[in-house]
Amino acid sequence: MDPVISVRDLWKVFGPSAARVAASDELKALSRQELMDRTGAVAAVRGVDFDVAPGEMFVVMGLSGSGKSTLVRCLTRLVEPTTGTITFEGENILEADAKRLRDLRRNKFSMVFQHFGLLPHRTVADNVGYGLEIRGVPRAKRGERSQEVIDLVGLTGYEKSFPDQLSGGMQQRVGLARALAGDPDVLFFDEPFSALDPLIRRDMQSEVIRLHREVGKTMVFITHDLSEALKLGDRILIMRDGKVVQVGTGDELVGAPADDYVRDFVRDVPRSNVLTLKWIMRPPRPDDDLDGPELAPETVVREAVRSVLSAGRPVKVVRDGELLGVVADEEILGVVAGEA
Amino acid sequence: MVAVAAPTSQPRALQHRKSLVLAGIVVAWLVLWVLFRNVWTLSLGAADLTPLHRWINDVNDAVGASRNSNPVFLYFFNEIRLVIDEFVTFVQALIAQPSFGRPVPVIGWLGVVAIAGFVSLAVAGWRVALLAVAGFVFLGLQGLWQESMDTLSLTLAAVVISLLIGIPLGIWAGLSDRAHRLLTPVLDFMQTMPTFVYLAPLTLFFLIGPASATIATLIYAAPPAIRITAHAIRSVPRNTVEASESLGATRNQTLVKVLLPSARKTIVLGVNQTIMAALAMVTIAALIDAPGLGKTVVKALQTLDVGTAFNAGLAIVVLAIVLDRVTTAAANERRGLPRWALFGGAGVTAVCVYLSYTYLWAAEFQSDVEIGSSINKGATAVTEWAQDSLPVLTGGFKDFVTFALINPLQALLAESPWFLVALVVVAVSFLVGGVRSAVVSAACVALLIATGLWQDSMITLASTLVATILVMVLGVVVGVWMGRSRRADRVIRPVLDAAQVMPAFVYLVPFLALFSASRFTAIIAAVVFAAPVAIKIIADGIRAVSPATVEASTALGSSSWQTIVKVQLPMARGALTLAANQGLIYVLSMVVVGGLVGAGALGYDVVAGFSQGQLYGKGLAAGVAIVVLGVMLDRLTQAAAKRWTN
Repeated sequence: MDPVISVRDLWKVFGPSAARVAASDELKALSRQELMDRTGAVAAVRGVDFDVAPGEMFVVMGLSGSGKSTLVRCLTRLVEPTTGTITFEGENILEADAKRLRDLRRNKFSMVFQHFGLLPHRTVADNVGYGLEIRGVPRAKRGERSQEVIDLVGLTGYEKSFPDQLSGGMQQRVGLARALAGDPDVLFFDEPFSALDPLIRRDMQSEVIRLHREVGKTMVFITHDLSEALKLGDRILIMRDGKVVQVGTGDELVGAPADDYVRDFVRDVPRSNVLTLKWIMRPPRPDDDLDGPELAPETVVREAVRSVLSAGRPVKVVRDGELLGVVADEEILGVVAGEA
Repeated sequence: MVAVAAPTSQPRALQHRKSLVLAGIVVAWLVLWVLFRNVWTLSLGAADLTPLHRWINDVNDAVGASRNSNPVFLYFFNEIRLVIDEFVTFVQALIAQPSFGRPVPVIGWLGVVAIAGFVSLAVAGWRVALLAVAGFVFLGLQGLWQESMDTLSLTLAAVVISLLIGIPLGIWAGLSDRAHRLLTPVLDFMQTMPTFVYLAPLTLFFLIGPASATIATLIYAAPPAIRITAHAIRSVPRNTVEASESLGATRNQTLVKVLLPSARKTIVLGVNQTIMAALAMVTIAALIDAPGLGKTVVKALQTLDVGTAFNAGLAIVVLAIVLDRVTTAAANERRGLPRWALFGGAGVTAVCVYLSYTYLWAAEFQSDVEIGSSINKGATAVTEWAQDSLPVLTGGFKDFVTFALINPLQALLAESPWFLVALVVVAVSFLVGGVRSAVVSAACVALLIATGLWQDSMITLASTLVATILVMVLGVVVGVWMGRSRRADRVIRPVLDAAQVMPAFVYLVPFLALFSASRFTAIIAAVVFAAPVAIKIIADGIRAVSPATVEASTALGSSSWQTIVKVQLPMARGALTLAANQGLIYVLSMVVVGGLVGAGALGYDVVAGFSQGQLYGKGLAAGVAIVVLGVMLDRLTQAAAKRWTN
């Protein structure tokens, strides 16, 4: 399947000499600090490549200053990228003129912001309908569609409230509804839950997972929170100093960290929740008893604990009838004990 | 915000040395003053003119002669004048002056009161509407209906033009950084320039009358509208704008649907500021023959008729309060009126307007209970009583300030040889602000000499300094009190707010009553005019001192006095210098008004220039001298502030 979004060699350099930096391979090779010292320019995004598949929940994770917020703004050109290509459904959106870009924003993407960005002088319903209003959708139709998404995000009954009468979590539901109202192909989330309390954050994460399942949209989600990334992401991109460190599924990051930075990052992750059997299985030894139960390699360790420990002999990891390896008590205990 | 870095010993020693040098300069000045008193003072008699003044008179005559032949006038200034005159005359025809062949204005008093009430009801609620109706009826009862309506017409005309120019410019400055950078210094200049000095040059181009008055008002009233609109647009949170952009809004859509609605409340506050500034300026523009209440006050002041001045001053206050309350309430979030009330109100208003158009009783304010003359008589009686029975109090205070402060300072400044004063000024500037300040001051001194009004400038400078000292004393005492006590703040702040809303003229009246016409009266009026700003700045500065520091000081066993002197005032020194700077500028802007009540010197020169043709050039030069003094003092205090706070 063709990717929805395909990003190649994307650079965003801030500062007076941005164009010069982007044109020079020598300057591009410098580290962020060296570049800052030499030219006064700040490279926020440095040569980023990735693809997002249709319907995927793609998470970009990094600490503050890693360039992740700039990256997501580059994707919709809220921040103008310095060089590179961003292909969206086969079209290089860096070549889109202002009108085309507006069309794309009106119909194809929408974004949910960390600080909500609601209009304080409008009711919930009018906030949700804002995107439709600027497209020129007639009032009656707008109201209908707003009501649909308000119901979808669980805000029924609050249509006439003003944003400052709602809690943070509710306000972000309005932001979510506003983004959904235009029926976009892709939703971008810029750290949407960072400003919320932990309990509400968990609710909202479940809400997004539910919506992702129900509406099946492609989503690009920015976060600084690894557990949020692991919980939501089909695939996760880890950024550091504007560069991509690693792209992969959660178990790939935990099982095969690309470098010490990622290893350090995932150290405190409860591995049994993330790792699957394929990461801990070993080749069968001659003395192994091979008539034990079978499990798929994608089985998460935690779910395999009970069956492996109660089997009393190694469990076979099998895909399509082919024996990939075995998992016995010591492998399982190695993971579980390693967390303690 | 205040950096609490411990001062190292090096700068402290430097400061100590500077104080010594400063003291040396003063001592040397005193000695030389005794030796060279009253020589080379560049004095100029009241009716004497310099070649420059005569040259300006000639230019004025030449401009007057070519007004209807020179293309610049024919196609530019005269056109502007005509358009503005037409507009003002139209508004006056509606509510103030007999018009369209009728013996009365189109809308009589009943109609105006009804419109005022209805508009207030619609934007500000029924309480304010009641206040507006009562206020307007009161104006009629004072016997000042037509004057009030003239003032109101001129104010409204100037406000409409100010907003037509100011809000678009403000939006532009809000959206574009370049426009913002371009406009800020221009606005700074417009607002630091004492208000009266551009009256004279304006009459050169637009003649005496409504057009000049309106344009002067415009210059004074448009900056707040521009500034506040720009500020309001700029304060809309970035993420709200970004959210709108991310949904594909065009620039116009973002402006109309996001920026302007979010900024609405603040912009209405800007409108309030513009209206108050316009009202203040319209009354002052009476000096160049603008019709209305201001003219009544000026005439009464010139004949020292306190009763009449008080009555008209009171009308200005009433008008100011009504306009302020209505626009302030409009800025606050409120639920709209129910539909029936709006329609009902509109109906009643229409009927009233029709009645006032048709029937004489509703058109001309004729009342059997005329209270204007009672107010007039009452004020006169109180004045006479005060002057007769409180001479110890009023006279004592007046004599003390006059002999202890004004006279010595004036003698020192105005009776020293000019080069001595110039040298001292430049030397002090160098000490305070370095080479740059010294150069600016030297240039200003040279300009003052060039105006031919050196001695008058020095007399005005002496009064200004005395007034500023008094402002600072008041500012520190009241400001510290307000800064330390929430309760004092709650009680005093509204009074200060109200005082700031009042047009400058009004202050003169009660002090004229108490102290009769003299330099002292003008100084006290200036102090009262400038004190609210200084007090507020200092109070806010004191309040901004971190409570933790104050608490620490208290925990160490400081008395209140020690805490104030050793902690709060030093930490609020940024506010103190700002207060001094603002105090100076406010005082200076009252100099011309003070000229009406015996302040003499530059203020008198300006006022006389308005009324006597042969003194026109001198008046204009005096205006320039006031500006030069203002620029010099402003630069100097700002340089001092920079040095002192860093």
